[in-house]
Amino acid sequence: MRGVRKRFGATTALDGVDLDVGPGEVLGLVGENGAGKSTLMKILAGALTPDDGTLELDGESYSPSSPVDGRQAGVAMVYQELSLAPHLSVEENLVLGAEPMRGPFVDRRERRRIAKEALTAVGRSSLDPAERVSRLPLGDRQLVEIARAMALGARVLVFDEPTSSLARDDAERLFTLVKKLADPAGEGLAIIYISHFLEEVQELCDRYCVLRDGKTVGEGDPEISTAEEIASAMVGREVEDLYPCSQRVRGEAVLALEALHGKPPLEPATFELHRGEVFGLAGLAGAGRSEIVRAIHALDPVRSGRVTIAGRERNNTPHARWFDGVGMVSEDRKDEGLALSLSIADNVVLPRLDRVSKMPGSHAIERSAGPATLELGVVMRSSRQRVGELSGGNQQKVALARLLFCDVDVLLLDEPTRGIDVGSKAEIYSWIDRLAAGIPEEGRAPKAILIVSSYLPELLGLCDRIAVVCRGRMGTPRPTAEWNEESLMLEATGATQEVSE
Amino acid sequence: MNPRVKRWLEELGPLFGLILVWSLFAALRPGEFATWENQRLMLLQTAVVGIAAVGATFIIVSGGIDLSVGSTIALGTVVIALLLEAGAPVTVAALGGVFVGVAVGFTLGSLVVGRVGSALGLFGAVAVSWVTWEQFGPLGALACGVAVAVAIALLGGRVFPRLPLAPFIVTLGAWGALRGMAKGLGDNQPVYPDELGWLGDVMFVGKSGLTSVLPPGVLLFLATALVAGVVLARTRFGRHVFAIGSNEETARLCGVRVERTKLLVYIVGVGCAGLAAILQFGYLSIGDPTTAEGYELRVIAAVVIGGASLTGGEGSIRGTLVGALIMTVVDNGCTKLGLDNWVQEVATGGIIVTAVALDRLRHRAS
Repeated sequence: MRGVRKRFGATTALDGVDLDVGPGEVLGLVGENGAGKSTLMKILAGALTPDDGTLELDGESYSPSSPVDGRQAGVAMVYQELSLAPHLSVEENLVLGAEPMRGPFVDRRERRRIAKEALTAVGRSSLDPAERVSRLPLGDRQLVEIARAMALGARVLVFDEPTSSLARDDAERLFTLVKKLADPAGEGLAIIYISHFLEEVQELCDRYCVLRDGKTVGEGDPEISTAEEIASAMVGREVEDLYPCSQRVRGEAVLALEALHGKPPLEPATFELHRGEVFGLAGLAGAGRSEIVRAIHALDPVRSGRVTIAGRERNNTPHARWFDGVGMVSEDRKDEGLALSLSIADNVVLPRLDRVSKMPGSHAIERSAGPATLELGVVMRSSRQRVGELSGGNQQKVALARLLFCDVDVLLLDEPTRGIDVGSKAEIYSWIDRLAAGIPEEGRAPKAILIVSSYLPELLGLCDRIAVVCRGRMGTPRPTAEWNEESLMLEATGATQEVSE
Repeated sequence: MNPRVKRWLEELGPLFGLILVWSLFAALRPGEFATWENQRLMLLQTAVVGIAAVGATFIIVSGGIDLSVGSTIALGTVVIALLLEAGAPVTVAALGGVFVGVAVGFTLGSLVVGRVGSALGLFGAVAVSWVTWEQFGPLGALACGVAVAVAIALLGGRVFPRLPLAPFIVTLGAWGALRGMAKGLGDNQPVYPDELGWLGDVMFVGKSGLTSVLPPGVLLFLATALVAGVVLARTRFGRHVFAIGSNEETARLCGVRVERTKLLVYIVGVGCAGLAAILQFGYLSIGDPTTAEGYELRVIAAVVIGGASLTGGEGSIRGTLVGALIMTVVDNGCTKLGLDNWVQEVATGGIIVTAVALDRLRHRAS
């Protein structure tokens, strides 16, 4: 791709980007949200046409007019949001739009053969081609999507944030596969890998390329560059301390669980959360971390045990929680965290409309939501804008602004930085730190914060104490100084447990 | 453009449509269409569908749907007529119509949120009261009904599973069942009460006072719309309705009592159909089990033309009023032009699709 430009109205999305990738190479494409990665990849796939610049594929001019066109030329995308039809079977998905025919009918035997071959190519030949996609775990669905690209004869494969919703072991499996697909001795595909996780880029890619404000601003060998160098290139300034840690004073316990039992696989959990403390919950996806948070917020029914807030047992409903000073941010921003078709202001004030006024009209709501969105630094035209129009990072800030508006004492944050850009991440980290330390406002009491995260550097950088959840059981909380990535991972995979038994 | 001006333009979109069609007919038939008498007639023609559409706006904004509006209205007129026939005071008979709406709303809402027990409890209570009426008299029947309701309510939680159902299915069932009940109650015949009392006057212009300007039915319609507009836009309940329609999971996370709010939405929404039944009865002066057929679709059309989304989270009472008026203006105007019925039907159909298409376009532009 040479000198590619694209404008949308007054905004220049791409301003002369050069990019090339060869067979057998894995190119890491990084950049903040809005840097132009998605636009660039849409042009490559044929979903958008560039205003200027040229594209070449195998030395020949390549100008796809539609995604179908691009796919036929051998360019395939594996999207962040999976694009499979959940009601169809694996094999039906694999050949969708390119079904082998015999006369007027689909050639079932040929379809099965193509499916088997493609599944073998992605190293998952044991998967039943007749299985419905909706029954597969997330990791397998992604493999099916990659297999579909293979079945269509892809030569260039683009991964857009493929691991943002995968558990660690699924992600590891994906890395192995990506390396295998790029291996010149094997398939020898050209691979473009977009990710927010710099560690992944360093582990996986042969070369990286940084986009900022629609331009290529850096390129290099990820084995030589440090994560800080890449991050600095992305945000355009020095990133010295991603995880600030102000002086925090641990105060009284505001939230206590006694043998709290919620939805399976959660087993009864007991611990105390104090003011001025950031408490981390680590563990594999599906181990029961989110279930602990959901049980605390009473989103899942509390089956037994007690939740004590500020020394008193309260009603176990989400409604009561918000009024007792407990707020939660969901890990699933789109389906649960935010009402995307409502305005920013509506989303922020929803749990505590009573704080707006007795008759909360839209003007009053917009006025009330102002300070919280301002403190979080939500970039928006006005608080009347629909949340769905914002970027991921800004959406997450709206979800956090809700807790600020409701002035809760206990913040339950489930994957608060999943799928958002480094700049927003840094801002959210510093906000969490300031809340826990009781700054910036005079007289604001330090908050108690519980964070669930799959991203270990984040937990280690931000938390005062961390506990690991494994198979529904919550381990003993220990000060962060006593943990490192290896020990967290060992306990999360249940390895230490087996040794001690 | 000034954002304030732009916002007004956005919100007034359907109103421009109304002014456009109105001006068109006024220009073509000034002497017949653009008279005060005809404006009053059009308000009267809008009242029944309009008042039901005001209620349906709550349901649709919450992400639900009600396909049984027409059947509820028919059942309401029959119940009012039967009560009058049985010698009940006129006001009690009218309240009977409202009760039908509220009770149907409670039943539908209970089924939608999955409280099968509540729905059965109310149903059982009404059935038992009905059966025991002749033997024990009104009070005895009421006591029996309450006893049954309490019994089922006490048992309900344990016996019946929590089973939420899609509103489309629940109200599709009610569409048939309520019409059937109306026919059963009326013995397949319209019910002709002897004495109508003030119910006979609701759709006619009075001799003095406010009702000499607009019929009481139209005043009731406008007052209901006004109250509903304030409730939907400016109360916690109203904001919660929008939140549930936009994303139910988010609403739950944010501590909105989703089940309770939805139940209330159906009670309010179908309750308005009960009010519509009073107006329809006043209009017909009989209880007719076959009346108001197809009204459910006119009601939905009014709400949608007014800018509501069938997936929920969007809509306004103001828009619904405009939507209902647009349909009346087209019907009335076509009649004044001497066009056949089929032209009205085609025009209305075209307007529904055009309105939604324009709405999409406006959203994309903003």
